Amino acid sequence: MLTMIGKRLMFAVPSLIGVVIVTFLLTRALPGDPAAYFAGPAATKEAVEQIRKKLGLDKPLIEQFFRYTNDLAHGDFGNSLTTGQPVAAEIRNRLPASAELTLLGLIVSVVIAIPLGVLAATRPGSWVDHLCRITTTAGVSLPVFFTGLVLVYVFYFRLGWSPAPLGRLDVFYSAPPTVTGFYLIDTLIARDLEAFRSALSQLILPATTLAIFSLAPIARMTRASMLAVLASEFVRTARASGLSPATVIVTYAFRNAMLPVITTLSMVFSFLLGANVLVEKVFAWPGIGSYAVEALISSDFAPVQGFVLTMAVMYVLLNLVIDILYGVIDPRVRLEG
Amino acid sequence: MKRRDFLKSVSGLAAGAALPAMPQVISSAYADARSETLLIVSEGGPNNLDIHGVGTNVPGYEVSWNCYDRLISHEMKVGPGGVPYYDRDKFKGELAEDFKIDDMSVTFKLRKNAKFHDGTPVTAKDVKWSLDRAVSVGGFPTFQMSAGSLTKPEQFVVIDDYTVRVDFLKKDRLTIPDLAVIVPCIVNSELVKKNASEKDPWGLEFSKQQTAGSGAYKVTKWTAGTEVIMERNDDWVCGPLPKIKRVIWRMVPQAGNRRALLERGDADISYELPNKDFQEMKANGKLNVVSLPFSNGIQYIGMNVTKPPFDNPKVRQAVAYALPYQKIMDAVMFGLANPMFGAPKDKPTEIAWPQPHKYNTDMEKAKALLVEAGYANGFETTISFDLNFAGVNEPLCVLVQESLAQIGIKTTINKVPGANWRTELNKKEMPLFTNVFSGWLDYPEYFFYWCYHGNNSVFNTMSYKSAEMDKLIDGARTAAASGDKATYDADVKGFVDLAFTDIPRIPLYQPFVNVAMQKNISGYQYWFHRRLDYRALAKG
Repeated sequence: MLTMIGKRLMFAVPSLIGVVIVTFLLTRALPGDPAAYFAGPAATKEAVEQIRKKLGLDKPLIEQFFRYTNDLAHGDFGNSLTTGQPVAAEIRNRLPASAELTLLGLIVSVVIAIPLGVLAATRPGSWVDHLCRITTTAGVSLPVFFTGLVLVYVFYFRLGWSPAPLGRLDVFYSAPPTVTGFYLIDTLIARDLEAFRSALSQLILPATTLAIFSLAPIARMTRASMLAVLASEFVRTARASGLSPATVIVTYAFRNAMLPVITTLSMVFSFLLGANVLVEKVFAWPGIGSYAVEALISSDFAPVQGFVLTMAVMYVLLNLVIDILYGVIDPRVRLEG
Repeated sequence: MKRRDFLKSVSGLAAGAALPAMPQVISSAYADARSETLLIVSEGGPNNLDIHGVGTNVPGYEVSWNCYDRLISHEMKVGPGGVPYYDRDKFKGELAEDFKIDDMSVTFKLRKNAKFHDGTPVTAKDVKWSLDRAVSVGGFPTFQMSAGSLTKPEQFVVIDDYTVRVDFLKKDRLTIPDLAVIVPCIVNSELVKKNASEKDPWGLEFSKQQTAGSGAYKVTKWTAGTEVIMERNDDWVCGPLPKIKRVIWRMVPQAGNRRALLERGDADISYELPNKDFQEMKANGKLNVVSLPFSNGIQYIGMNVTKPPFDNPKVRQAVAYALPYQKIMDAVMFGLANPMFGAPKDKPTEIAWPQPHKYNTDMEKAKALLVEAGYANGFETTISFDLNFAGVNEPLCVLVQESLAQIGIKTTINKVPGANWRTELNKKEMPLFTNVFSGWLDYPEYFFYWCYHGNNSVFNTMSYKSAEMDKLIDGARTAAASGDKATYDADVKGFVDLAFTDIPRIPLYQPFVNVAMQKNISGYQYWFHRRLDYRALAKG
């Protein structure tokens, strides 16, 4: 197991180096001149040049690159110009916000999608199957920002059940001391139930929005893979041997159908983490996606590079976890690995 | 597990998840905090708390304005619609309790009881250090100081602990107003110097993260891109103690949500909403919506006069007759702007800026002018705009495109990303574009100096050069400094007339600053910087 993890991490090194080089070059190739942008609306040519010098953008590209990698090696991701903060600190603060939202959305989605997919597969053509088809089609065809805005409109603006879409906590609560960065956990550690409630109620709408969106791939994949497994011979044998339907479905069929579902889950998770920009925008969520997009709009190199690098590392780790999970679920993978 | 049990457990889970969505119980402490706190929601937040910093953005100016004091500030007067409006011509002391303007210098007497947030008294050496800093750090602050002929540290002289003299390099009417803008704020020099380094002699890294001023508010928490929390400085002596104890400023990127927050009564103040929203909120009357014209600001269509076809004044006049002015006012601005077109033929030119020109939508005239210019079959060109302001710019450009097509000018719309816009302006290659310019200092010659003078600043986006224009602008500046009113009036009239006949840029309208607030919020003041002054606001 350990050698496998070690090997996996070794393989990741060249791709990370590649990511560093490519993001550096790509951000430099972006249209737009950060010096002109940050010199302000009333800047003269000299003012723009002064800013360029201050930002070190007047140096040759290769020198900028070496400076950048040297800083990276020291754990310094540089400074964001739009927010004025060190990128590493920003990502550290914002990643948990995105992760908490994404994880919760994913959990909600899994809790609904997997049973739905399993039920649809066991009774093809029944009302459950149709329900599954309708929800997945609806989920995948509604853009997230639209779902988000409709939810805000109905549950906040019309009904007033949901709190104001103002980020992770109600304005008048202060954030709990950071332990994990996940407010749901940190508020419990701090034994601040009121803040926990506030954090949870702020999370419901955005998490639901994400869940609606991610339902589709998970439910469809569960259904498809369950159908395939249910039609296979070992299930027929199990049924013929008189095992109860529950045992057949849960123990025999479901476990075997899990592999593609796990793969889909990992894809959905990484996709959501990077792509929930729109949800973050709608709910004023201080997450990593909206941070990266804002940086991109203002040609702010450092956060974009930091974001891509963080995402690359996350992907590597996620793939590692998935590979380990494969081994746990399917002994054949373990043998080959 | 039976299917039925399974379903039961699933529905149980769903019900459990729905519970916390119930309306929350509001504790009394929470209600108290609410009544003394102002909740502002806006799209963007500051990137730097110090206006002297590198690339401080406009929201950062608002923090600086409220958390730092200046030597002098403006008096208030009653503006359009009875809203308090800064008085361009009247100054009052802020940190200075008294000031005396002489021929070639101005002397400030500081308040003896003014203290910085950390308790150290504000003295003349802080003033000197801060003004030195403003003219030395480079970038925008230095540029803004130079607009009032404040360029050298030697101009700022400490006389004693509580007296400072500012020497004039030359006579300039803009020197005193320039000391009342946001940039010459007074910084706690000891505190910042302690945190400065060799690489950063002015301590910009330190003051970027925290406020080091003597102003009425201080930043207690700042999470970039999320929120700014400011508390009142109870020891503030430069004016009456503000009524709002705490200001929470949250960034809400979605305009629709900002409106929802306002209409539900959760947020107190918001700006930066689409014009349509402001117009609807005005109409339904649940909120107070204040709309005031940008002082010295105009949205215009610019043409690059160095290249054909726009190097021909006839073509420019043809375009000026072909623009759909009223449609833009109605469909893009929803009436929230002052028209800058269609003045009556016999109206004399005023000694003021902005003022409407005499062009109107007249397709026949436009066609005739185009034929005269030798473009009977029209031509093709591109019209560019800044995507950062796409809400206004995009429909505006579509209307212009449609209108110009009627006289045979085929335009392609070029959307320029915000980060790239300034670079493009600087290149001065776009043939046709729309843009806004507005100056902090509300003087016609200031506007013309930046936008029409042959020294070709960034804002002379048309690359317009005319010896006659330069003579008139320079003449007005000299006349203003020496107080020669007759020459000044003649020169201002002269350059306005010339700008309208030569028409390198076609003014469309003077945009409004729109601010929506709850009915129980009072005390909104219009300032040249168009941001909020919390010191005057009150709730309840």
